[in-house]
Amino acid sequence: MAAEQSTRPPIRWHIAVFLAPAVLIYTAIMILPLFNTLKLALYTDAQNAQVFIGLDNFRLLFGDERWSEQFWNALGNNVWFFIIHMLVQNPIGILLAALLSSPRLRMRAFYRTAIFIPTILSFVIAGFAWKLILSPLWGVAPNLLDFVGLKGLFQPWLGKEAYALTTLALISVWQFVGIPMMLIYAALLSIPDELLEAAECDGVTGMAQFWKIKLPLVLPAIGIISILTFVGNFNAFDLIYSTQGALAGPDFSTDILGTFLYRTFFGFQLQLGDPNLGAAIATAMFLIILIGVSIYLFGIQRRLRRYQF
Amino acid sequence: MQAGALEANREKTMTKRVKRALLAATMLGFAGPAMAQDVTLTIESWRNDDLTIWQETLIPAFEAKNPGIKLRFNPTAPTEYNAALNSKLEAGSAGDLITCRPFDASLSLYEKGYLAPLQDLEGMKNFGDVAKSGWSTDDGSVTFCVPMASVIHGFIYNADAFAEVGVEPPKTVDAFFAALDKIKEDGTYIPMAMGTNDQWEAATMGYQNIGPTYWHGEEGRLALIKGQQKLTDDQWVEPFRQLARWKDYLGDGYEAQTYPDSQNLFTLGRAAIYPAGSWEISVFNEQADFKMGAFAPPVPKEGDTCYISDHVDIAMGMNAKGPNQEAAKTFLNWVGSEEFATLYANALPGFFSLSNHEVKMEDPLAQEFVSWRTKCKSTIRSTYQILSRGTPNLENETWNASANVIKGTETPEAAAERLQKGLASWYDPQK
Repeated sequence: MAAEQSTRPPIRWHIAVFLAPAVLIYTAIMILPLFNTLKLALYTDAQNAQVFIGLDNFRLLFGDERWSEQFWNALGNNVWFFIIHMLVQNPIGILLAALLSSPRLRMRAFYRTAIFIPTILSFVIAGFAWKLILSPLWGVAPNLLDFVGLKGLFQPWLGKEAYALTTLALISVWQFVGIPMMLIYAALLSIPDELLEAAECDGVTGMAQFWKIKLPLVLPAIGIISILTFVGNFNAFDLIYSTQGALAGPDFSTDILGTFLYRTFFGFQLQLGDPNLGAAIATAMFLIILIGVSIYLFGIQRRLRRYQF
Repeated sequence: MQAGALEANREKTMTKRVKRALLAATMLGFAGPAMAQDVTLTIESWRNDDLTIWQETLIPAFEAKNPGIKLRFNPTAPTEYNAALNSKLEAGSAGDLITCRPFDASLSLYEKGYLAPLQDLEGMKNFGDVAKSGWSTDDGSVTFCVPMASVIHGFIYNADAFAEVGVEPPKTVDAFFAALDKIKEDGTYIPMAMGTNDQWEAATMGYQNIGPTYWHGEEGRLALIKGQQKLTDDQWVEPFRQLARWKDYLGDGYEAQTYPDSQNLFTLGRAAIYPAGSWEISVFNEQADFKMGAFAPPVPKEGDTCYISDHVDIAMGMNAKGPNQEAAKTFLNWVGSEEFATLYANALPGFFSLSNHEVKMEDPLAQEFVSWRTKCKSTIRSTYQILSRGTPNLENETWNASANVIKGTETPEAAAERLQKGLASWYDPQK
């Protein structure tokens, strides 16, 4: 008897007990609302009662010329928004991190803080500050350009279809460049000195050392930053809403999935909100992000080589 | 033994009595303040500009007459109001009194049972059918908000600038553009303060301002609803053609100029003409230190009838699920009274009373605006009643189209074509 009891592993209740609070809270505030949103997308409002209509909301969203046009426009803008971040924010973040980790740099803490500060600002503050800076009426941008004799280059950037989205993406880059910088900086600092000294003994110094030794070692960190940027950009809303409003002007050129969702879900001015169709858009956004993250996880992250020191 | 039992019994009854007394005292104690306590009504509104007027003028006037009812004015930002209000009503946390947007936004709230029917309210007698049209069901049988005010469109001008450059307030379209040309030539002032960044300026202060002149006010608006006219008809395209001409007279970088930018541009005295809604009057009076005047939308030819947009804009309704309905009704009756009409119209020059009372206004600019009611024919904004019920939303599309037309990125004809196609896609009389 006694021997039998000792061979059966005891149920380890403590694991469940310790996991319970996090699981319960996460389920209540994340998983349930998520599934509720997915469910909401399958219903419609008829005479103030929720009626199940299957995939009709999605058929409307992708089949109706007007809705699908808006959706693809928003998705296209979102992709461009993401591309700008990948091409500008992350390389600059890496560059700044590399400069910061250079041993000859003085006042490192000051630069680090100064570059990181915009990140902790509210979107609204960043949005309005830049809107004022770029204002053709009272902004400093026209005067500064005038000062260096380039007044001719000034345009009301936020008001022109061709430039507005790129301008907003760059404002967002300005605000968030601190995050890749900090993550890469931390990754660079964690490279052991012996490795770099060994590289120096082999004659790999300066730029070559960065490209051949440091960059491969921080690639996993860059991967994480890319995926954070992806998720952040496809969920973006605040900056566009605070600078351009829910109609994402001029002529919907800055409309991204977030503002499109807001307009549909809550309504705008005389347009009444349609929570069901809004939920369908939210579901589409969720799937896009899910697919993007999956591609990264299965296609890229597994192939990244990690080095153990 | 018996004595002991008796003693114990008495003690028991004693404690029972004490308990009861205590209980009663507690209940009374609770009831006491509850009876003396005032009912507090919360007003939901998008007019955060009016906060001081409510707190300093309207609320004290009402509370002085109605002891026991306290009011709390609780505004939200205008662009967020509809969304915020809907969420609050759904969650059951909305205030007792609800400021009503005109037409469908409020109609849908009534249909969902959030707004109480008010046609039997005593104070409702003081309003005509046109005033009530913004807040009634399509057949007019139920009215669910007490009309508060309308706004009139026109142009406000810097009188000092006009005198300096030597132009007169124009009456006809030709005179209007001649004046703009002259101001532009002079170069001291930006001829017209308007931007396209926020889009609604172009539609509301542009299209809906000059439009009624061409589609002949109510005549055109009702014909459009009945499907007898189309947005591609000449009288509906012409306002867009006029708007397209405005581009040359707007300030540098007007594409990125926001609504507050335009207001500041004018009140700082840098622009000569401001396409306006009468709600600007109170703000401008406070901020501008030059003389201002106003002129009605110019007519095509001398002697033509003028039309103005006298748009029902704001009303007050009652939360059907609010806890203090009697007090709310008392307040709404007061909103329909002459006292409220006079107080409101004078505290907020530019918001004109919709009631049948004779309201005396002090402000000269407001008097000028309201004088057009007798000279011109009034109408409301063409896109508001019925026509913005479907998707795409005609009002929102008109914002976008007007901004595009002013910028020149879409021709007037193409814009009208697009609006008509959108409207016809869901509105049967236009199919």
